[in-house]
Amino acid sequence: MRLLSLLLTLGLCAAAGPAAGQTPPAPTTEDCLACHEDASATRADGTSVAVAANVFADSIHGGLACVDCHQDLAAQTEWPHPEKLGKVNCATCHEEPVAKYGDSVHAKARREHPESKAATCVDCHGMHDIKPSAEPTSRTYHLNLPETCGRCHADVKVMPAELRQTTGIVAQFQDSTHGKALMKSGLTVAPDCVDCHNSHDIKPPSEPASTVHRQNVPGTCGKCHEGIRTQFAKSIHGTRLAAGSVEAPACADCHTAHGVTRAENPTWRLQVVEECGLCHVDKLQTYRDTFHGQVTALGFERVAKCSDCHGAHDIHPMRDPASRVASANLVKTCSKCHENANDNFVKYDPHADKHDRERNPTLYYSARFMGLLLAGTFTFFGVHTGLWFMRALKARKEGR
Amino acid sequence: MTRYQQRFDRFDRGLHGFLMLSFLGLALTGLPLLFADSPWAPAIAAVFGGYATTGLLHRIFAVILIAVFLTHVTRLARRLFIRGELGILWGPRSMVPQPRDVTDMIAHFRWFLGGSARPKFERYTYWEKFDYWAVFWGMGIIGGSGLMLWFPELFARFLPGWVFNIALVVHGEEALLAVGFIFTIHFFNGHLRPEKFPMDTVIFTGRVSEDELAHERRAEYERLAATGELERLDAGPPSPRARRMGHIIGTAAVVTGITLVILITFALLTH
Repeated sequence: MRLLSLLLTLGLCAAAGPAAGQTPPAPTTEDCLACHEDASATRADGTSVAVAANVFADSIHGGLACVDCHQDLAAQTEWPHPEKLGKVNCATCHEEPVAKYGDSVHAKARREHPESKAATCVDCHGMHDIKPSAEPTSRTYHLNLPETCGRCHADVKVMPAELRQTTGIVAQFQDSTHGKALMKSGLTVAPDCVDCHNSHDIKPPSEPASTVHRQNVPGTCGKCHEGIRTQFAKSIHGTRLAAGSVEAPACADCHTAHGVTRAENPTWRLQVVEECGLCHVDKLQTYRDTFHGQVTALGFERVAKCSDCHGAHDIHPMRDPASRVASANLVKTCSKCHENANDNFVKYDPHADKHDRERNPTLYYSARFMGLLLAGTFTFFGVHTGLWFMRALKARKEGR
Repeated sequence: MTRYQQRFDRFDRGLHGFLMLSFLGLALTGLPLLFADSPWAPAIAAVFGGYATTGLLHRIFAVILIAVFLTHVTRLARRLFIRGELGILWGPRSMVPQPRDVTDMIAHFRWFLGGSARPKFERYTYWEKFDYWAVFWGMGIIGGSGLMLWFPELFARFLPGWVFNIALVVHGEEALLAVGFIFTIHFFNGHLRPEKFPMDTVIFTGRVSEDELAHERRAEYERLAATGELERLDAGPPSPRARRMGHIIGTAAVVTGITLVILITFALLTH
């Protein structure tokens, strides 16, 4: 079969050859397809060089000639042409996207690491089968993008060693509320990869110009979540983040980046308490000492968690009158759950520390008293029991 | 034929039964919350059908325990005011601490340390009186703080909110005290010490043999012998069925209690 195809190729190409002494006309698409349409046509190493004529005709580039992209073949006179062709330069037509790509993490990886498998145009867009992004069969169609990006980003064999632990993000995204909306429900308003990361000029989060750099995350999420962005921008976290704080949380610190769940998800609501506690260590500790904190630690979320009292996106410091936990607002805040809360009620300290004599003197002394009572009782009866046990054993041995 | 004395009547045995049930229930449904960060806590809560049911059961057991307590106090009041049993206030048949309890205790310690004679105990020994009054103290502390935590809005009408901070800590600490005490010291004194091992079924059968009475409560034995009550009040041996039930219930309670003590110890050590 291979021999047959080679003979056929030579014969056909010879027939189409130019007459000597003339500037040869560039081969037409039909000329190329004369060889390349054969599904079994291969290179010397056995890899296919077939191009399906109908697929190419259906692609966005179907109206172009092969040599429009494979420009080095326009002046080719020897047939069959050498196996190794010049690199197709998409910038010939697509100048702007290619320029942006040149600035991206993908292009940079290729420049810096010759062995890199980072994406080029064809990895995302395809080759002879490129469709416009608006078409549902396109690799870059909104609903298909996670799969397209995932072909590399979910594959440990493709991702470089330092990014290998990130290959779970595609699965995480699929399970996230964004992913489900996009891939399961087919919601066109749900974000795909490029909505957050951009497409041609994707930059790593470490670069200040990246859409997913800490400082830029609220703006990126805020493209859709406009109302939340406005709230967050005024909050203590938002203002600190905007001022360049590296400690203030951005959206993904609480919501995660790829695994975003709905805010009603009970598991997440309980986890986010621990998230707050990563920075507010002592507050988490004292919270866990209270009924609220014990109940949530047991896995039940219908009691107060951080955000129920402090707010979520609109957290203000206690001294700010806008804060839910400012003293003037406490009755209202506690009343959300404790309907009849009054001025007395809000003298409860939800972050009381029994070891802190300054902050909670009555609690401190009550706890001290209880501690002594326990120590005293168990010491006395521990000794009592121990002595009794030994004596009773001895008495038993003596037969009494 | 060995004679038996009726130590606890049916009513008190019943009350103790409900006391055991509610106490074990409260411990099982409360400790998971106190040690919520220990791996066994969610597991126990799950056995009870999740946190919400566990909390509901805790309140049901609390109501049972409060009912037991009120029933007992009502009964005492009736014995005192209607039947005029002043003996429950003072004397050998009284639970009220008396000078002889101090001397008994000192004598007991002497015996522990090698003295030859055990003290002659009366109907209620000093450690039994401690157990008894500890429940009164505990009911006030745990019951009071528990009600505050159950109805905070109601109590906040006349109490400042920081008492709930105290109520929670005190509720938990007193619970540890009660659970720790009952499941180790009370079990040892009542059942596990070599004289009684593996179990004293008197709280279930109500009856104690004359031999045991003579050995354990010499003063009571001599008093009853002197008045002739020993013969007059012979109650006969407990039925095998009562004894068997006593063993089953008692063993279940001891096993549950000691398991909880092990879990608490684990939680305290790994905290």
